[in-house]
Amino acid sequence: MFGPTARTVQDQLVERRVRVGLGLVTAVLVLPVVLILGVLVVKGGPMISMEFLFSDPTNGMTEGGIFPALIGTVWLVGFALLFSVPVGIAAALYLSEYAPDNWVTRAINLAIINLAGVPSIVHALFGLGAFVLFAGFGTSILAASLTLAVMTLPVVIVATRESLQAVPMEFREACWSMGATRWQTIWRIVLPNSITGILTGVILEVSRTAGETAPIMFTGAAFFLPFLPESVWDQTMAMSLHLFVVSTQVPDVPEALPYGVALVMILMVLTMNALSIGFRMWLRGRRKW
Amino acid sequence: MVKLSVRDLRITYGEGPSEKVALSGVNLDIHEHEIFGIIGPANSGKTSFLRAINRMDEFTLGMDVRGSVKLDGTEVRDWANVYALRRRIGVVFPLPVGLPMSVYDNVALSPRLRGVRKRSVLDEKVEQCLTRAALWDEVKDRLGTLGSLLSGGQQQRLTIARALSQEPDLLLLDEFSIAVDPVTTMRIEDVLVDLKQDMTIVLVTNLVQQARRLADRTAFFLMGECVEIAETEELFTGEVKDPRTRDYVDGRFG
Ligand SMILES: Nc1ncnc2c1ncn2[C@@H]1O[C@H](COP(=O)(O)OP(=O)(O)OP(=O)(O)O)[C@@H](O)[C@H]1O
Ligand SMILES: [Mg+2]
Repeated sequence: MFGPTARTVQDQLVERRVRVGLGLVTAVLVLPVVLILGVLVVKGGPMISMEFLFSDPTNGMTEGGIFPALIGTVWLVGFALLFSVPVGIAAALYLSEYAPDNWVTRAINLAIINLAGVPSIVHALFGLGAFVLFAGFGTSILAASLTLAVMTLPVVIVATRESLQAVPMEFREACWSMGATRWQTIWRIVLPNSITGILTGVILEVSRTAGETAPIMFTGAAFFLPFLPESVWDQTMAMSLHLFVVSTQVPDVPEALPYGVALVMILMVLTMNALSIGFRMWLRGRRKW
Repeated sequence: MVKLSVRDLRITYGEGPSEKVALSGVNLDIHEHEIFGIIGPANSGKTSFLRAINRMDEFTLGMDVRGSVKLDGTEVRDWANVYALRRRIGVVFPLPVGLPMSVYDNVALSPRLRGVRKRSVLDEKVEQCLTRAALWDEVKDRLGTLGSLLSGGQQQRLTIARALSQEPDLLLLDEFSIAVDPVTTMRIEDVLVDLKQDMTIVLVTNLVQQARRLADRTAFFLMGECVEIAETEELFTGEVKDPRTRDYVDGRFG
């Protein structure tokens, strides 16, 4: 009576095939990631040393290290974050928690999604026009970070809004019905339940900006500048541009050097991601439940 | 004393051709310290009625409320500060909403919204409200656990405790026992009878016997119309004005 029927046998077979099929596709997906990492480690690994990380490039960038580029990228991404994260989170809060559901809001949301799809070279031109020339910042860390910030802003907004909207509406209604203002509800219910999502989303998205080349190329990143920046008005080297330069623009670079630079970039991104995961766990642990 | 006075209430959703009338022509007075029951089948407009009282229509796109709803003689629409209005009105929804914070924080939320910071005051309030909601004994050793991890029946009592922490003078209950077992329901019902000393209660219920057990007076809503309002015993045993009321309370409806 409870034995298998032709139908359930068939279902079981399909189930098994689907599982194996999906698993295979996933495995194929993992392959390039492993290959990329493998090639980088094998070819660039020998380059990595304290000396490589902490000294200036020398001899027409064919020898020496990457320190100025490393520090430059930290400056650029750091300042970009300083601008885009607070502004992006504030805008997302407004759009998700306050804005009336009408055509203006929908138009703004649509514009933001489209803005996230604008190619980075277009942002580069915008940054050149707006920050370098019009605002008169010149080619500087400030102009380059602002360009990066404008580029990441829509992504930050979208990531934040998604996390906010994952908080169930009933929670908000329960809170509002007790006489909480929108802000009290955001502060006590919405943010505590979305902050880990917001921050991880934001950090993941933003770690991509560390690798962007075009937006900083015209606005503040220098080809070769073996000094550390002293203020936001200086130009600086950056990892992404440096990789481009040593791979294509300079003759007689040993093959391992670009791979070393690329490996360090990947490690930077991985470190950021690890930090965001650590941060998330710390936030979870801090809550009493 | 009349606590809540409703005149010519009309509630609609949507606009133009898609407009839907959820409730119309409702006139009733709810007295202080009574349990006022509202019974009626699905879609009769009971929840809409409750939402109009504390202006929850403002959360719902397209919900429109016309007519007069007066709390203590003042039109709720005219309350200068909607937050002050809502803080006086406790609401319990059909499905329990344990907020994703500790049991303690759930109950301390409302006092905190009002600016209470002192731990001792909060502790006392939390214990008092949980006790009144018949939940204290079950959770006193785990006030730190997440409210949304309690069982459904516990969460509903938590919701009641949270509503009580507002120190409301009007308590709106919307089918509170829908996700609660019969034993817990009985315990909550006992609590409600006690609460009558301190507040006015509007009890929407789909269990006619629950209205009979608890309500002093009961209204029968049907398809957006308030068909009948009477002393509860009258409604169940005496003469009713409308035969549809008799059919409904006797379970002959169809
Ligand atoms: N947000 C909404 N948008 C559109 N129509 C709604 C909305 N809420 C309720 N309605 C409509 O209003 C009418 C009354 O609904 P209401 O929720 O007040 O009924 P109810 O008596 O509480 O029913 P139940 O016993 O099922 O909870 C229904 O026809 C419903 O479709
Ligand atoms: Mg309802």
